[in-house]
Amino acid sequence: MRKFREAIIEKTILLNGFACILFVILIFVFLAKDGLTLFRTIAIQDFLFGRIWSPLAEPPQFGILPLFLGSLVVTLGATVISVPLSMACAIFIGEIAPRWMRETLKAGVELLAAIPSIVIGFIGMTMLSPVVKTLFHLPTGLTALTGSIALAFMAIPTMVSIMEDAITSVPRTYKEGSLALGATHWQTIFRVIIPAASSGIVAAIMLGIGRVIGETMAVMMLTGNASVMPKTILAPVRTLTATIAAEMGETVRGSEHYFSLFAIGLVLFGITFLINFLADMARHRKRK
Amino acid sequence: MKLRPQTKQKIAFALLGLAAVIVIVPVILILVILIQRGWPAISWQFLTEMPRMGMRAGGIFPAIMGTLCLVACAISVALPLGVLTAIYLVEYAKKNWWTRMIEIAIVNLAGVPSVVYGLFGLGLFVIFFHFGSSILAGALTLAIMELPVIITSSKEALMSVPRSFREASLALGVSKWETIRCVVLPNALPGILTGSILGVSRTAGETAPILFTVAAFYLPRLPQSIFDQCMALPYHLYVLSTQVPNVKPSLQYGTALVLVGMVFSLNLVAIIVRAHIRSKKQW
Repeated sequence: MRKFREAIIEKTILLNGFACILFVILIFVFLAKDGLTLFRTIAIQDFLFGRIWSPLAEPPQFGILPLFLGSLVVTLGATVISVPLSMACAIFIGEIAPRWMRETLKAGVELLAAIPSIVIGFIGMTMLSPVVKTLFHLPTGLTALTGSIALAFMAIPTMVSIMEDAITSVPRTYKEGSLALGATHWQTIFRVIIPAASSGIVAAIMLGIGRVIGETMAVMMLTGNASVMPKTILAPVRTLTATIAAEMGETVRGSEHYFSLFAIGLVLFGITFLINFLADMARHRKRK
Repeated sequence: MKLRPQTKQKIAFALLGLAAVIVIVPVILILVILIQRGWPAISWQFLTEMPRMGMRAGGIFPAIMGTLCLVACAISVALPLGVLTAIYLVEYAKKNWWTRMIEIAIVNLAGVPSVVYGLFGLGLFVIFFHFGSSILAGALTLAIMELPVIITSSKEALMSVPRSFREASLALGVSKWETIRCVVLPNALPGILTGSILGVSRTAGETAPILFTVAAFYLPRLPQSIFDQCMALPYHLYVLSTQVPNVKPSLQYGTALVLVGMVFSLNLVAIIVRAHIRSKKQW
């Protein structure tokens, strides 16, 4: 009897373990089910490489290239800002800061992670965009750059915490060996610790980028929502995520427009799946 | 000119410190601005009244209640599911291909963009299951979204229970499940709790997943059942700051402050619980 009960419980728990796989598959299936319907009427290359996104025009055009480039510009901008800052911050927390400062900084970074994206978007609209506008003499402060700055600060907590993990898990002996050879602390950090932690650092950067690509609300509020091919980082753009969030409310269920938004979702799912998969590989390689 | 290594180090460390300051200052600024501009708006009426005049006056009571509802429903689904999955991974799973698949699935669930969760919730819960735009559909979407957070932290909590505890219990003839239930889980509970609170605080602030699954633009009454739509704080802030013209800024900042206050106090509880466990732990 007891054995029987144990077996039942074990099977139930096992089923639970598979739930996660099921959810990933379900997400894919439900995106694909509606997303792929689009390609019955629209050629896939027109969708992926079309240069005009105007779903409400006559005839409607569903080219996501401007949206993709919008996402790319914003993501690149955010990466350029966040990676050096996160690296420096992680090294400072992990290696240099005294104990009390380390705890304060870590708490601060955690708080930054906890601020909802909608609040970042709101503060960015009211505080950051006027600054960008006057600084660069622009007609509007809602640009790719504004979005990039806000997104950088949303990626920093992810990056810092994983990088700091990677840095502190470098074996002590590496550091001691280098210091014993007469290297300064900075030389040790730069020549020994960072190379040793590099795979963790790469994973951190990728996960941060994954977060940036998927971010929706702040980016929708800050980038100006113009679905045109981006020329500079100081122009308004629109990202893939923002397009879904902004247009889903207005579509008719079962229309081409509706399906096209699911197709965008599918593209996003594919991109983030790839990034997370690669990041996970990088982290696992480190453990070996 | 060649700098001495010590001088180089000083410069490098100063730059690193500067970066840390650049990261931390905006957090403080955001908080100061929110409190400074939002605090005057906050009153008993603001917290407990219905919005009036197309949300340009009155309170945010239904939005607060809506968010609480969503968060409570989401965690009651995600917690058992997440903890059981973590138990499977830590206690039962063998190191094989399947387990790796589950781990990869979890990593990917964590990385799916929030707006894609929204689409998924719309496709599966709202349309396929005919829940309509409802608290149920929104909460289930949020539950799947917070699952990876709960699994990851529960896993860590379970793994931090020493092997010897399990071995002692098994040696006494206690079955595997009983060992997990009576020995491992109680010891891991505070850690699991911390993770769940963090999961809750994350879902409380999410907007994109609830956009198409539950959120009501303007609904000045409380939800009657889980099949009702409801307002939610983050969506309300979005509406106030982008969709409704001529809203008093104090109303926007007040809403933002309430949302951030809610999320931060949850985080604070989690941090305190964690500190408490660390100080109590004898192993």
